[in-house]
Amino acid sequence: MTEAGHRFVSTDRRVREDRRFVVGKGRYVADIALPNAKHVALVTCPYPAARIVSIDKSAALAMPGVHYVLDGDELAGATLPLMTGLETPNVPRRPLAHEVARYSGEWVVAVVADTRALAEDAAEAVEIDYEPLPFVLDAEEALEGKVLVHEAHGSNVLLDKTFTWGEVDKDFAAAPRKLKLRVKWGRSSTVPIETFGVVSSWDPWREILDVYASIQMPRYADQIGIALKIPVSSVRVHHDVDVGGSYGVKRGIKHTVLTGYLSRRLGFPVRLIEDRLENMRGGDAHGPERLFDVEVAYDDEGIVSSMKMRALENVGAYAGRSPFQLGKPVGAIVGPYRIKSVQYRAVAVVTNKTTQEAVRGFGQAPTNVALERTMDEIASVLGLDPLEVRRRNLIRAGDFPYTIPSGTTYDSGDYQLVIDKVFKHTPYEELKKERDALRAKGLLAGIGLAAALEPSGGNAMFEALLNPKITTTTFMDSCRINVDGVGCITATMHTTSSGQGHETLVGTVIGEVLGLDPDLVRVTRPDSLNSLPSGTPVGSRMAIMLGGAAFHAANKLKDKLLAIGAHDLGIPRERAVYERGDVYDRGNPEHRRAWADLVQIAYRNYHRMPADMEPGLATSHVMQVPTGGKLPDADGRVQMYPCTSFEFHLILVKIDPALGRPEIVKYRVGHDCGVMINPKIVRGMTMGGIAHGIGAALLEEFAYDGEGQLMAQSFMDYLLPSSHEVPAVEIIHHCTPSPNTVLGQKGSGESGYLGAPAGIANAINDAIRPLGISVNTLPIRISTLGDMIAAAQEKK
Amino acid sequence: MRIELDINGSKREVEVEPRTTLLDCLRDNLALTGAHAGCEHGVCGACTVLFDGIAVRACLMFAVQAQGSKITTIEGVTPGPGELSPVQDAFCETHGMQCGYCTPAMILTAHALLANNPEPTREDIVEAISGNICRCTGYAQIVEAIALAAERMRGTNRPTELQT
Repeated sequence: MTEAGHRFVSTDRRVREDRRFVVGKGRYVADIALPNAKHVALVTCPYPAARIVSIDKSAALAMPGVHYVLDGDELAGATLPLMTGLETPNVPRRPLAHEVARYSGEWVVAVVADTRALAEDAAEAVEIDYEPLPFVLDAEEALEGKVLVHEAHGSNVLLDKTFTWGEVDKDFAAAPRKLKLRVKWGRSSTVPIETFGVVSSWDPWREILDVYASIQMPRYADQIGIALKIPVSSVRVHHDVDVGGSYGVKRGIKHTVLTGYLSRRLGFPVRLIEDRLENMRGGDAHGPERLFDVEVAYDDEGIVSSMKMRALENVGAYAGRSPFQLGKPVGAIVGPYRIKSVQYRAVAVVTNKTTQEAVRGFGQAPTNVALERTMDEIASVLGLDPLEVRRRNLIRAGDFPYTIPSGTTYDSGDYQLVIDKVFKHTPYEELKKERDALRAKGLLAGIGLAAALEPSGGNAMFEALLNPKITTTTFMDSCRINVDGVGCITATMHTTSSGQGHETLVGTVIGEVLGLDPDLVRVTRPDSLNSLPSGTPVGSRMAIMLGGAAFHAANKLKDKLLAIGAHDLGIPRERAVYERGDVYDRGNPEHRRAWADLVQIAYRNYHRMPADMEPGLATSHVMQVPTGGKLPDADGRVQMYPCTSFEFHLILVKIDPALGRPEIVKYRVGHDCGVMINPKIVRGMTMGGIAHGIGAALLEEFAYDGEGQLMAQSFMDYLLPSSHEVPAVEIIHHCTPSPNTVLGQKGSGESGYLGAPAGIANAINDAIRPLGISVNTLPIRISTLGDMIAAAQEKK
Repeated sequence: MRIELDINGSKREVEVEPRTTLLDCLRDNLALTGAHAGCEHGVCGACTVLFDGIAVRACLMFAVQAQGSKITTIEGVTPGPGELSPVQDAFCETHGMQCGYCTPAMILTAHALLANNPEPTREDIVEAISGNICRCTGYAQIVEAIALAAERMRGTNRPTELQT
C-alpha cells in the first residue's frame, strides 16, 4: 500500500505492452500485409515554388508492375481540401500539389506499383515540367508580403492576434526597468524512428474503408471521411496498430486521403510507408520555427510585473496544426511566475518550407525558452543570481489555485519546495565550485537553470481562442468495461498509442478501483466504428482523461456490483461493502456474495437482480475535461488545461573553447506531476523528453539553404541524440496531487522537453558570459558556438 | 535469384533481386518483422541483426551477401512462445523502451555485447548502443536493462571458481 493508500497506482509495476515489443511482436503499420496490396512512391517538386506546367506519365505507366500514376488535378477534383481549423479558404492544403507546388519536396505525383521498389523505379520515369516561381523562406520577409506563397490569400499571414491581459501599459509605465530580448527556436521536430505509414483498403460491397496507420491524430476518421466525401461511418480506423513513436507529429492525414482515394479508385489495398527522405522532406512533419520578441517590465529587485511577447511562427507552406501551436502556451504564458499583466501577439505566416504538424508540448517548449532566457538576462543585468531572481518571482505554494492573467487557473504545485529538494540533492555552492574548477582549467563552464510548466489534460481550447468560429468546449476520452459471463474483465480504449503505455494505465486504474490484480484486466482497442469518443493521446492528457474515464467506468461497475450484492443479500445498499470483487454486509462480514456469485446473478439469474437493472456487467464512461466547458471571454481569457506539472532543471555544462562543443557534465531535474500512475512510465517520459530537449537545444534543425532546399534530408544531417550525447540524468521527485483529477495525477507526456532546451541554453550562456557574448538562437550548433567563442577571444 | 540463408539456425531458401537488402528480405520474404526500417541509410540501427554474432545493419547489406553466414534476428533470441531471454526480461523489468520500435535492435545489440563482455561498465554499454537511436527513452532505462541482464546472467550457472 502506498502512502496515499493505493495498492497498484504509483507502485513499481511492469508495463504490459513491453512483452510484445521485446520479442519483436509489436504490430506496426509496415507489418500489416494485406493480400494484393500495392505500393506508393512519390514524385516531389525540386523547387521551393513552381507552377506545374505538364506531367508526362506515359513512360512510368509503361513499366511492368505499375498500376497507376495519380496527379494533383485528379485528386483535387475528387476530394475536399484537408481540415485546417483556420478560416483560410484560399490556403487549401491537399495531399498532392494542385497547379502550384509550394515547397521543395512537396508531393506532386503518386505512383502505384506491385512493390515499393517498382514504384520508386517508375517515379523516376515521370516527367514533369515546372515553371519556377519566386519564393520566400524567412518569416519576417514573408510578413512583408513581397512574395506571396498563396496568391489568392492576398498575404502570407494566416493568423495575427494580439491579446492584452491586465494593465500592461500601466505596469510598463510604472516599472523602473525594462529589458528586450529576441529568442529564436529553430525548426526541428520529434522525428520518430518509425516513419509515418498507412494502409488503406476500400471494400465497395460493404462500403467500408479500412485504415491501418501509424497515427496519433484527433478526429482522424472524421477528417478522412470528410475529405474523401464518404460517410465517417464508412471509415474504419484500426486502433490496434502500434505506433513506433510520434510525440505529437504523426498526423498523416494527407497520406491517408491519398491512399484512401487510390484504394477506392483502383479496387485494391494501397500502402504508403514513407522512407526517411519522404518523411523529412514531404511528410509534413516539421515542428515549430519561432521568433520571439520579449519585453519585460521589472524592478531593481528583479520582480517582473509585466511582459509583452510577440511570437512569429514560420508554419511552412500550408496550415497544418501549426498556427494553433501559438495558442496553447497562452495557458502557461507566464510560466511558474507571478507576472501581473501580459500582452501576447501571435503571428503565423506561410513560407516555402515544409508544412508543420504538432510537436511535443504544442509550442510550450519554445515559449519556455523565451521566458527562461529572459529571467537569466534580468539576473545578469541586476548582478543577481538567476536562482534568486526566479525564487522572487515564483508563484508560492499558498497561492494555489492561482489564476494567471490569461485566465487559466493553475491547479496546484509547490515550486519552491521542488527547487529546494533539487538543491538538497546537489548543493548549489558545490556545483558552482565544480564550475569554477572547470573554468580554472581553461575551459568554459556554466550552470543552467530552468523552471518550466507542463500544462496537461489537453482540452484544445486554443482552437476557440484563435478561431472564434470554433465553439468546441470539450475534448473527450472514454473507456468501456465488460465483465464476461465467466467473470473475466475486458476494458477498451479507443485510440492508438505510440509508446505511452495506455494499456498499462487502463489496467492499473481499473485494478485499483476494483481492488483486483491489474494484470487480470484485458485491455483492447476496438476500431473506430466500435469506439466511444476519444480525443487521442495529445496534450499530455491520457493519464488524466483515459485514466479518468477508466476510473469512472470502474466505479460505475463497482456501484452495480454493490447494488446486485445488497439486493441479493437482502440488505440496504448503504450497508453493503465492496472489497476486492466481493460484496458483504457491513454488519456481518460473513454474509457475502463473491465475485462469481455476482457474475452469476448478472448473467444468468435476472430474477435475483434489483428491479429495472440492465442484465450483464457492462459499464462505460465518456470523460469531459476537468475544468473545461467554457468558451474564452471577450478579452481572450480562457481556462486552457486543467493541470500543470512542474519541472526544474539544473545543468552543468563545459565547453572546450577550441572546439565549441558543449558537454553536459551534470544533469538534475526536479519533477512534480502529481500522483504517478506508473513510475517506470513517468521516468521514461521525463528522460526521453530531456534527450529530445538536448537535441532541440544543440543538434537538430531542418535547415534550408538560400535556394529553398532542405539541407537536413537524412540522419547524417539531422542529428538525433545518441547514447553518447545524453548524460546520466537524476530525477528528484515531488508529488503535489492535482485537485482536478480522480487520483491526483497530472500529465507527464511532455515532461523534460519543456525545460531542457531552456536549461541548456542558460547553461551555455552562463559559460560564455565571461567572454561578453550570448546566444539566443536554438539549436546552438558546435560550429556557431565555436566561431562565436573564437571571435570573442580574438577581440579580447 | 535464388539464395539460401542460415537464419536463426535454419536454412531458408528465398527468391530475391540482387538489389534486395537483407532487411527487406527478412521482412518481406521471411516474415521476420522484428527487424525494423528506420532510416535505411545505416544511422539509426533499428534494423540491427546479428551476422555471425556481430551486430550489423540489415539495411546496409544485400540479402545475397548474407549467404554462408549465420543470421540471428530477434525471433532467434526469443527462447519460445511466451518466453523471454534474460536480456528481454531485463528490458521489461526496467521498462527500457516505450514505443518498442528500436527495441528488438537494442536487444540484439545487447546480446552481442554480453556475449563478449559479461561485465560491461556503464561506458561499455553506452558505447555498444551508441549506434542504435532511441527517440523515446533517453537511453537511461536501456542502459539499466543491459546492466541488469549482465548481472543476472553472471549470477546464473556460473562456474564456482568465478563466483565472487
